[in-house]
Amino acid sequence: MAKNQESSKKSESPQKYDKKFLTGLLVDMLNIRRFEEKAAQMYGLKKIGGFCHLYNGQEAVAVGSVAALDLKRDYILTSYRDHGHALAVGMSADSVMAELFGKITGCSRGKGGSMHMFDAERHMLGGNGIVGAQIPIATGVAFASKYKGTDGVTLCYFGDGAIHQGAFHESLNLAAVWKLPAIYIVENNNFGMGTAVRRVSSVDDFSVKAAGYDIPGKVVNGMDVLSLYEDLKEVIADARKNSRPWLLDVKTYRYKGHSMSDPAKYRTKEELEKYKEQDPILLLKARMLKDKQITEDEFKKLDDEAKKIAQASVDFAEKSEEPALETMYEDIYA
Amino acid sequence: MAEIAIRDALRQALEEEMNRDETVFLMGEEVGEYNGAYKVSRGLLDTFGPKRVLDTPIAELGFTGLGVGAAIAGLRPVVEWMTFNFALLALDQVINNAAKMRHMSGGQLKCPIVFRGPNGPAEFLSSQHSQAFQSFLVHVPGLKVVAPATAYDAKGLLKSAIRDDNPVVMLESEMAYGWTGEVPDEEYLVPIGKADIKREGSDVTLIVHSKPLKMALEAADELAKQDIHAEVLDLRSLRPLDEEAIYESVRKTHRCVVIDESWPMASVGSHVAWLVSKNCFDELDAQVELVASEDVPMPYNHRLELAVQPSVEKIIKAVKTVLYIK
Ligand SMILES: Cc1ncc(C[n+]2csc(CCOP(=O)(O)OP(=O)(O)O)c2C)c(N)n1
Ligand SMILES: [Mg+2]
Repeated sequence: MAKNQESSKKSESPQKYDKKFLTGLLVDMLNIRRFEEKAAQMYGLKKIGGFCHLYNGQEAVAVGSVAALDLKRDYILTSYRDHGHALAVGMSADSVMAELFGKITGCSRGKGGSMHMFDAERHMLGGNGIVGAQIPIATGVAFASKYKGTDGVTLCYFGDGAIHQGAFHESLNLAAVWKLPAIYIVENNNFGMGTAVRRVSSVDDFSVKAAGYDIPGKVVNGMDVLSLYEDLKEVIADARKNSRPWLLDVKTYRYKGHSMSDPAKYRTKEELEKYKEQDPILLLKARMLKDKQITEDEFKKLDDEAKKIAQASVDFAEKSEEPALETMYEDIYA
Repeated sequence: MAEIAIRDALRQALEEEMNRDETVFLMGEEVGEYNGAYKVSRGLLDTFGPKRVLDTPIAELGFTGLGVGAAIAGLRPVVEWMTFNFALLALDQVINNAAKMRHMSGGQLKCPIVFRGPNGPAEFLSSQHSQAFQSFLVHVPGLKVVAPATAYDAKGLLKSAIRDDNPVVMLESEMAYGWTGEVPDEEYLVPIGKADIKREGSDVTLIVHSKPLKMALEAADELAKQDIHAEVLDLRSLRPLDEEAIYESVRKTHRCVVIDESWPMASVGSHVAWLVSKNCFDELDAQVELVASEDVPMPYNHRLELAVQPSVEKIIKAVKTVLYIK
């Protein structure tokens, strides 16, 4: 039977990586953080409406895992909490912000909004609003990769709440029996909306659920982008080489409410502050400072640049056109 | 009489029925500690405790089926779906089991269960989160389906639904939870299967259900200024359907516009329009018009999503069509 692994490593000294690579991870996380802050501000100004689920705090998960992929042949699918994944695969802040504004220049032509970021070319297959729905779909994408013999793997992200859907269990069994290169990533941020994990789950460690399907499972630190990257490198290589699925319980935390309308009264300030001490951006920055791979000044420059990109995306979205009324009849049939 | 919001009318119904009958319990996502995603169940966990107000995992098929089992074993579950969009995952248990238990068992079993939650378009949510599902549900013999649009009807129908020995689906509207209306201080029920004339008129019948009721009433106000007197008939129950009330009104006005916020093909609206065309054929002075959603998935962009849905203007235009007014 496949044995579960505990993410043992403290990620090794960043010196093992060149400055360019580390700076890339840092920039990607900063861009997401500043983008989400801008999105929250625009929501407050009613430029964005509906459900808007922010990724603050979870940046390391999308950034570290996508960095370990080869998006020429690999794919990702995620839930409605998808702005971070969209930016991590290289979708422009402009196209994501314009989508949030419902403009025709948005990645989904203003049809999808916050929950439905898609970029077929970059192998980002959405943004799904139905909890758990992306899990069987991702399983099918992995099936297609195997069928076509591309050696591609599929990363499927979902929340700790989604794991209780039947779709999760049916998918893992299918992927195990058919030996599909799908990597199931629970972004375990402790809460499904207002419900703490332990109130609705019989186990704390989701990786044990892998045992029921005889596939490998692993607990992964989701706040440390480097150790997550290293874990994912190994897992992806294994899934690619042996064509088999994995289940990863990635421990992370969301700083904001479930969506913009959630005051998050179900948790304490202290809990939030405790998690912020291991903020993924600050963690990486601290290591790079210690290893003299960045200076405070350089960091500030990167951060200012991220803020500029976020502001520019708002300017772009503002001046973009609304979709014409006739477009409502488009994009329905091929 | 007190003026209360629809969400509070629903809560009162739940509270009264839970006090009245110990077998009634409420379950769903976030109904307990969070007081409900739309705050319908506010305070019920405090009042009735965790035995009778249960927060479920996100597992619509599982907890809906559990409700069906509890119902055939003697309880009266109220299953709250956070929205009907998510209830699609549970439809096997509703259609293949709840609706058919009595029939398949040759009348031995009864399945007294209520499925309820918000249905229909909301705002800025795109196509997976903004859809109206009444057509899917009214299609099924064995289910009852109700769709109130006022605080009075919401409370009275939910109480009837909980006491009914059949599975009842109750369609609420996210956008309408805050709408207020008068509700009597003393206890009352609204019977399932009875339509209600919300405004009397002589020139045209507007047949409507759920939140477009408000649009129909506004359209009637507008039309009155032009000396066109519309009668607004609120179906309230979609199955069973109060056909007599429909025909009576159309026989009086001789013209009919049906309004339904779901897609036009094979819908409640198209079914009602067909019934009227068939059964009031000799009485009609014009074809029956249907004001429905555009036949498209809901776009996120706000201007587009408003254009997709029925509106006061579209209703007025349809009325003028059946009155041959250019
Ligand atoms: C099938 C379904 N049920 C319910 C919902 C409403 N809903 C949206 S997000 C959510 C919580 C999900 O929590 P989790 O899976 O932990 O993801 P997170 O939001 O924490 O990223 C719920 C209940 C939905 N969108 N789809
Ligand atoms: Mg979660």
